[in-house]
Amino acid sequence: MTRTHTFALRDSATMLRRNLKHMVRYPSVSLLVVGIPVILLLLFVYVFGGTMGAGLGTASGGRAEYLSYVTPGIILLAVAGVAQGTAISVSMDMAEGIIARFRTMGISRGAVLTGHVLGYTLQTILGLAAVIGVALAIGFRPSAGPVEWIAAIGVLSMVTLAVTWLSVALGLKAKSVESASNIAMPLMLLLFLGSGFVPTDSMPGAMRSFAEYQPFTPVIETLRGLLMGTAIGHDGVLAVGWCALIGLAGYRWAMRLYDRDPTRQVRLLSAGRA
Amino acid sequence: MSATRSAPALKAIGLRKSFANTVALDGIDLAVEAGSVFALLGPNGAGKTTTVQILSTLIRADAGEVLVAGHDAAREPDAVRQVIGVTGQSVAVDNLLTGEENLTLMADLNHLGRAEGRRRTSDLLERLDLVEESRRPAATYSGGLRRRLDLAMTLMGDPEIIFLDEPTTGLDPRSRRAVWRIVRDLVAGGVTIFLTTHYLEEADHLADRVALLDHGRLIAEGTPDELKRRIPGGHIRFEFADAQALDAAARALPGSSKDEDALTLRVPSGAGIGSLRALLDRLEGIPVERFSIHTPDLDDVFLALTGHVERGGEPL
Repeated sequence: MTRTHTFALRDSATMLRRNLKHMVRYPSVSLLVVGIPVILLLLFVYVFGGTMGAGLGTASGGRAEYLSYVTPGIILLAVAGVAQGTAISVSMDMAEGIIARFRTMGISRGAVLTGHVLGYTLQTILGLAAVIGVALAIGFRPSAGPVEWIAAIGVLSMVTLAVTWLSVALGLKAKSVESASNIAMPLMLLLFLGSGFVPTDSMPGAMRSFAEYQPFTPVIETLRGLLMGTAIGHDGVLAVGWCALIGLAGYRWAMRLYDRDPTRQVRLLSAGRA
Repeated sequence: MSATRSAPALKAIGLRKSFANTVALDGIDLAVEAGSVFALLGPNGAGKTTTVQILSTLIRADAGEVLVAGHDAAREPDAVRQVIGVTGQSVAVDNLLTGEENLTLMADLNHLGRAEGRRRTSDLLERLDLVEESRRPAATYSGGLRRRLDLAMTLMGDPEIIFLDEPTTGLDPRSRRAVWRIVRDLVAGGVTIFLTTHYLEEADHLADRVALLDHGRLIAEGTPDELKRRIPGGHIRFEFADAQALDAAARALPGSSKDEDALTLRVPSGAGIGSLRALLDRLEGIPVERFSIHTPDLDDVFLALTGHVERGGEPL
């Protein structure tokens, strides 16, 4: 095996350490991705919760009912929020001269990107712990036992990994840090066009079909089923399939962009025109 | 010292590279002897950075062959990366990390052990005069300090061949001399240096051999002394009151180059009394507003070798 293969793990760990240091030195992005889902949770439960809960059409419908319904959606919102952070920081990183240096060193291919993915996966875990903690504190009472919790954590890791690789690719693709922050926005919107915040059958025709078939809906339904004991059906399989597809496509795309475009940063800097 | 050295540290044959519809390199041949300093001299947009990027495996040439320490850059880029160090035009440090952390990062990526990494980090901090600022984030460093940190990071891998792409552009004279001193120390230690610059003075100070790059082609190569002998020794600049006088003077002095906007004429010439008198004689009857004498610079080299004055600043 070549040296490059032998050191892949070590280089990724080095890059992860670098990214963790960045998060500590430049905490505003981290605070944002942890804070926003918590704020949205409180907003949805206490501002919209009473009315939304009544619309769920269940016997007891109310704020407590809506808290149970919306928490899985907010949990995924936290994942999507980190995607935006990832895209921004990858794009910022690529604009720094140090990436060109990494490329001229014998560093394992992809270690730079893997470092970002692992760093943001850790950050997502922190964000998810915060959201779930606050939800539990304000009365979220999941019915899940240990097995369901483990399965739920599995689903969340899967979707986090998939979304993070996709956002690494989006961050590489973006021409500027500003456009990187916009490019991940549709991911968050997609959650609202699914079953995260209201049941899809309350939506008008075309939107409803879209909401039912978009990738996040089976993930949300699986999570909801595991945590709250609602029916999962074939959503479990669909969730795994979508995550595998998005994750693999994101990974391949990110690797290709990283390999193909080594002088982007140099061209950006030297572009007086263009 | 004596006799012939072994195979060149760096060899390029027939390099070509185009971007979109611009030809950046149009057939470049280079050979750099191990343990020497080679300077690639040229204005902005000549193709210097592209050459460094190809030689250092950052990009691939469209055609041609590159051998670095005997390894083919296109077929064995990883082998090449093991022996080179690159300090690019844009400073490649991690701004959020301190100087010391930047060096530790390089030590880790070079797979040095913990103790060895720490030893080399403090050694390089010392050597490049970075000790005082080592605990501050690189974002707070001045231009000269960032260059030195950048160089220190390049040196962590103990490279045999170092590429320096415009290492002193934008530095104050003191920082520039500090970089020169480091380069000379490295060469004394047996390292091969490939540097690009648009300062003739820098090439003169540091390089064993200099190549002139213009519009993607090498127009001259030799030792600094050989090249300077081809420059007529600076130029004299005449300024005129109107276009009529300028045109008349241009006709009287073939080989001069005219700037219609500034109403000036640039004539390659030495600063000796004799050559000056000869020039003035030929301008008999043409009103000259003022004139000034300039010592040789890169523009003179280009004027002498290409017949046109390069206006810097055109992007690649």
